[in-house]
Amino acid sequence: MIRSLIPLITLFIISLLFAIGLTKDPSSIPSELINQKFPSFNLSELYDEESIVTEKDLLNKVSLVNVFGSWCAACITEHPYLMEISKNENINLIGMNWRDDRAKAIDWLKYYGDPYEKIIFDDESTLAIQLGVTGAPESFIIDYQGQIKYKHVGVINNKIWEKDILPVINGLNKI
Amino acid sequence: MRKWCLIPFMAVALSFNAISSVPQNDIDIRSKAIGKSLRCVVCQNQSIEDSDAPLAADMRQLVKKRISEGDTNDEVINYMRNQYGDFVLLKPPFQGNTLTLWLLPFILIAVSGAWFFKTKK
Amino acid sequence: MFEEIAHFMLILALYGSLAQGYFSLIGAHKNSEGMMRAGRYTATTVFALTFFSFMILILAFVESNFSLLLVSSHSHTLKPLLYKISGVWANHEGSMLLWTLILTMYGALIVLFGKNLPLLLKSRAIGIQGILAVGFFTFILFTSNPFQRINPVPVEGLGLNPLLQDPGLAIHPPILYLGYVGFSVVFSFSVAALIEGKVDALWAKWLRPWVMASWSFLTLGITLGSIWAYYELGWGGWWMWDPVENVSFMPWLAGTALLHSIMTLGTRHKLADWTVLLGICTFSLCLVGTFVVRSGVLVSVHSFATDPTRGIFILMLLIIVSGSALSLYAFRSKNIRKHLKFEPYSREGGLILNNLLLVISCITVFIGTFYPLFIDAIYGDKISVGKPYFDLTFTPIMLLLILCMGTAPLLKWNKNSGGQIISLFKKIAIPMLVIISLTGLIGKSFWGALGLSIAAYLAITTLIAIKVRTKNFKSWKSLQPKTYSFAVAHLGVAIFTAGVVFMSVWSEDNINRLKVGEKLNVADYSFTLSSINTGKRKNYEYLNATIDVTKKKAFIKALSTEQRFYPTRNIVTTEAGFHFTMGPTIFTAISEGNSQDGWIIRANYHPFVTWIWIGALLMSLAGFVSLFDKSYYRKQEIL
Repeated sequence: MIRSLIPLITLFIISLLFAIGLTKDPSSIPSELINQKFPSFNLSELYDEESIVTEKDLLNKVSLVNVFGSWCAACITEHPYLMEISKNENINLIGMNWRDDRAKAIDWLKYYGDPYEKIIFDDESTLAIQLGVTGAPESFIIDYQGQIKYKHVGVINNKIWEKDILPVINGLNKI
Repeated sequence: MRKWCLIPFMAVALSFNAISSVPQNDIDIRSKAIGKSLRCVVCQNQSIEDSDAPLAADMRQLVKKRISEGDTNDEVINYMRNQYGDFVLLKPPFQGNTLTLWLLPFILIAVSGAWFFKTKK
Repeated sequence: MFEEIAHFMLILALYGSLAQGYFSLIGAHKNSEGMMRAGRYTATTVFALTFFSFMILILAFVESNFSLLLVSSHSHTLKPLLYKISGVWANHEGSMLLWTLILTMYGALIVLFGKNLPLLLKSRAIGIQGILAVGFFTFILFTSNPFQRINPVPVEGLGLNPLLQDPGLAIHPPILYLGYVGFSVVFSFSVAALIEGKVDALWAKWLRPWVMASWSFLTLGITLGSIWAYYELGWGGWWMWDPVENVSFMPWLAGTALLHSIMTLGTRHKLADWTVLLGICTFSLCLVGTFVVRSGVLVSVHSFATDPTRGIFILMLLIIVSGSALSLYAFRSKNIRKHLKFEPYSREGGLILNNLLLVISCITVFIGTFYPLFIDAIYGDKISVGKPYFDLTFTPIMLLLILCMGTAPLLKWNKNSGGQIISLFKKIAIPMLVIISLTGLIGKSFWGALGLSIAAYLAITTLIAIKVRTKNFKSWKSLQPKTYSFAVAHLGVAIFTAGVVFMSVWSEDNINRLKVGEKLNVADYSFTLSSINTGKRKNYEYLNATIDVTKKKAFIKALSTEQRFYPTRNIVTTEAGFHFTMGPTIFTAISEGNSQDGWIIRANYHPFVTWIWIGALLMSLAGFVSLFDKSYYRKQEIL
């Protein structure tokens, strides 16, 4: 009797796991780098090949590093909100132009506006791989000491900003 | 009798292994092997070696660069794992949460083999 | 107007299948002939209703009736007729309707072909088929209505994903579903047998051609999918261990076990409860497959655009359908269980071993496919399980299975014939040693030698089995289709295995940036990028490369490979250039690049890759051949 119940029990366990699986997003990967130091890098600025940006540019303020590219359709959706943030919020907004062409990226920013304090130009994914980036847009929040505190995959909009990101930033600013 | 038959097979078989071992310092072969075991994180179920995605191409470059700078295969794989987690490994590591995954097939084979040959029918 | 009628017919079909279930099951319970007859008529009517509604949907696609949301989002006036029609099932709603159409078709076929069956058993099976259809009609009508209108009516459709515009893919889904859904017949008869508490040789004999037909269609469907993925996606893989591939492979493994166990049951009256359980599990795995493809719980290249409510619905369906069947199994299977007695070194022993290994390999694929999901559900960790896992677990099980496959047909039924195994090994030891040494020395690979000699072992032993059955290849006349079918299928597996071994051990590829005039070497071949063209065709922009392939200075072929950009859908596709032969297949594919840095060119050398599909096609052909075996249909044995 117990032996003939095994298939039924197996089915219920599997279905339960499927049901839990339905509530999860298989494509979102948690960042391995939360509470770790922002990786050290040495890359050129988008507008000026000679000028160098390093992880030191992220110190002593709360920074938001936003991965974008002129090839990225979702970034166009996100961009107006970043423009708003740069006007209204007290945050060090750093762009990371990923796998892009310098001229194309500059044109793109001319057209949609440039909300960034500084833009890291990462055309060969040097920094992207160190950050475990899987797509654009993606955003990281970095604290005063240069530690990664939060990662958001996908477009930032007002709802996500109020709910997920702003509390993290406020928390860091209090300290 | 049957076991005895296997000896020449084994001997021949083992001798090929000696012939077929490739020079381990070959960067291309090593990076290809590593590439086959790393998942292209922006694709679906492809290794970075099989993928045409730009990020996969950059990851291939990085693997090559690390090898030519003297990293061992494990060091390169561990580097990628530090950035992307276990998710990047197409061959899941043998650890606590993958015990069932790795052991179940072999346990099933052992148990059913014992049942098949041992029990008096 | 027609579309509203079609929608209404689907609603009627839902009530019809409810009636089909009610009349047939209650009729069988009360032993009322009238009700059971009504059940049969409704089964046929439900099929007719679904058929006409499906035809109207096809007509809407052919006429490019963009007032239907489905047509406007998946079709285009400029598409060739074939792809307008295949567009019907190249999307979630239409393919679900096709699935349900085939389900009701099998219900009607039971009515048509089941004249010789015991009335009660047949009615119960038709009733269960009706209940399955209720689930799927509800699913279609509430979550995936293909006849939804759109207002305002667009002037032009959005077109079909260019990757799906391929003759192989046009026929892949119907064939796959004929296999998948065919196992519903086995499911219904298994449940009916559990209700009656009786499984006998007649049951098995009648079910055998259905298992054969479903299995053959499934084999053909999976093979077509593999061919399509190989040349259309241009990744150079014939099997990726992608979740969606795996979920079609699991019912195949379970179905193969079922196929063999139902053979012993038909002739030897054994394994009754096991066969019934396999029948239920095979169809449940088909439902699991549908769940995975439609719900998006696993990331896959093949998933349809997904929607969580659909996932929840199919999961509920799976729990209700398989849960009630397995509950019935839990409480009733003791009535049909017989004490299992067998000799390990006999043909029955071989069949039992075959079933064990196939089921374990199926469990392995299952756990490999779903482990990331389970781990995420339990611990919240993300892991990947890819090809290296399956190479280390699934492949050894398959090698054991092939050894067993070669040996078992040479043994006697029900008698310890271990001595025969030893004398067989003595006889073929020397040829095997020659094969293993030659392949090993030439190919310089232990695994290659091992794999090829196992394939050779299977081929040799299958030929010996034929030699025994034809008395030294003399009396072919007495051979029945099922013996041909056995030989062709097992030789197919041998050819398939050889192809797989060649591909996994000796295939080579190379990738690099090339400028015009530069070359890339793979194996003995050299690929020279001879020219690059760009331009615009109908609905896409292309980047075309001509690549000259030479082997040891001898010109082989100029391959053309293209990268296409479809601006309307913002999709980039790669058209690889192939040179297929029975021996080595070579191909090349281009991806991004520019004239300064060169273009990324991939070059592949795939020895005997075509054998993989030839072997698989032979297996499927063998299944169809066995359908001509008269012993399946002989009346006196049935009555």
